[in-house]
Amino acid sequence: MQVVLKQIEILGEYVLWHINELGGMGLFLFYSIRGFFRRPFRFAAFLNEIQFIGANSFVVIFFTAIFTGMVLGVQGYYTLSKFGSEGLLGSAVALTLIRELGPVLTALMVTGRAGSAMCAELGIMRITQQVDALECMAIDPYRFLITPKFLATIVAVPLLTLIFVVVGIFGGYLTGVKLLGVNPGAFFSGMEQSVLNKDINLGIIKSFVFAVIIVWICTGKGYLLYRARVGFGSGSVSRVTTRAVVLSSITVLIWDYLITALLL
Amino acid sequence: MIEPIIQFVDVHKSFESANGVVQKVLRGVNLSIRPGMTTVIGGASGQGKSVTVKLILGLMKPDSGQILVEGKDVSVMGSKELNEIRSNFGVVFQGVAPFDSMTVFENVALPLREKTRLSKQEIRKRVMASLEQFGLMGHEEKFPAQLSGGMLKRVGLARALQLQPKIMLFDEPTTGLDPARSLEIYRLFYKIQKEMGYTAVIVSHDIPKIFNLADQVVVMHEGMAKVFSSSEEIQWSQDPIIQDFVQMTMGHIYQSTAENE
Repeated sequence: MQVVLKQIEILGEYVLWHINELGGMGLFLFYSIRGFFRRPFRFAAFLNEIQFIGANSFVVIFFTAIFTGMVLGVQGYYTLSKFGSEGLLGSAVALTLIRELGPVLTALMVTGRAGSAMCAELGIMRITQQVDALECMAIDPYRFLITPKFLATIVAVPLLTLIFVVVGIFGGYLTGVKLLGVNPGAFFSGMEQSVLNKDINLGIIKSFVFAVIIVWICTGKGYLLYRARVGFGSGSVSRVTTRAVVLSSITVLIWDYLITALLL
Repeated sequence: MIEPIIQFVDVHKSFESANGVVQKVLRGVNLSIRPGMTTVIGGASGQGKSVTVKLILGLMKPDSGQILVEGKDVSVMGSKELNEIRSNFGVVFQGVAPFDSMTVFENVALPLREKTRLSKQEIRKRVMASLEQFGLMGHEEKFPAQLSGGMLKRVGLARALQLQPKIMLFDEPTTGLDPARSLEIYRLFYKIQKEMGYTAVIVSHDIPKIFNLADQVVVMHEGMAKVFSSSEEIQWSQDPIIQDFVQMTMGHIYQSTAENE
């Protein structure tokens, strides 16, 4: 009996802790959005974050996109040639990139590159009392620290997604047309006919939602480090960063499915 | 009688550690600090000195009791009121908590940039003047990681004083500094207090050095605060705990004076 009660107790505590955590993250989102409307707006910090999250991610996005596109070109060609419809390669590559791979892979890359950095930065600021110092100066830490990151991610991720898609299509063109000899006219006209506005909208909606997920989870986990039960000191920052990257990547993939299913 | 600027009324605070053990850090602390005075809060490590500072700032809530700052209870305040109260405070944390991705200049300029509407030139003028005062000229473009411990403390002081606070909280001002540097920090602190007239709360484990500055010494022990009005009073205290503390922090010189009497 004692053992059973103990198990129930552990389960109950686990559930309560997660509900508490969820509430904490909800409040975090609320305060962060409130920070958008507080003055003074830190425009220079906002631009810096755009440079860090957006411009500096270009190389990673470029290489991921070009090789993804090239693989799609080869694999698509292999599959389509079984049905004798290599001419559809252009639309296959474009639709896959616009609807799925562009938003998802961009989100995963940004999570790994910028999300982890944001989480670690805020975690360190928390453990070195820099957040406390801001509060003591009566400076809203959300407006000061979180808002520039939130807005910059929401601006940068959709733009990076667009770059990903364009570069990816070019990669597909390289392998499909230049290497495997698909007719370039068929490649591009097929694309023009099959890609509809709603496909592009779906891609854009996804990239916005993913941007919010990334920045919410990564900044939230770092900022609320003390709630995360990850121990103390520098080890806690590394653990919380790992956790944020894993959680944010999984959440992106889950939401990818949900959005696709809802908006198909 | 002058109204106290900070007052603790029967404050209790305990923490639960990961394995479920409840540790009572404060057990009914009563304390009052009058404006313009220098209060030194001392005691061995882990006796709740830093907790006291965090309670004053509203960074922590007590389990029970009241913490009055200018007559208002900070433990029940909303964030708006708390921000108003906090704009009276200047705080130097134990590790100074400099914003490590900003230069010394930006660190010191931050309160002025964020909380005032001064022009860029005016801010530059003021910040440079205070860097001059704190002997930090020529280091304004350095980052906190490039500074020595003493310089860092001075940056913290300069930053905390930019908005001319009514109350200065100084947590372990000399930890990690050699005696000469500690003395220099105390001299600076005292000199500026004379000029600006703020109420000072200094949390320190090396009480003897700052005895000369203190109008009131509070020794924290086992969750209680014992208040002494002068360094003599503390040295002649008959309380065995205080005698122990005095002996530990001041060494035997004082003890032998007592024996000679």
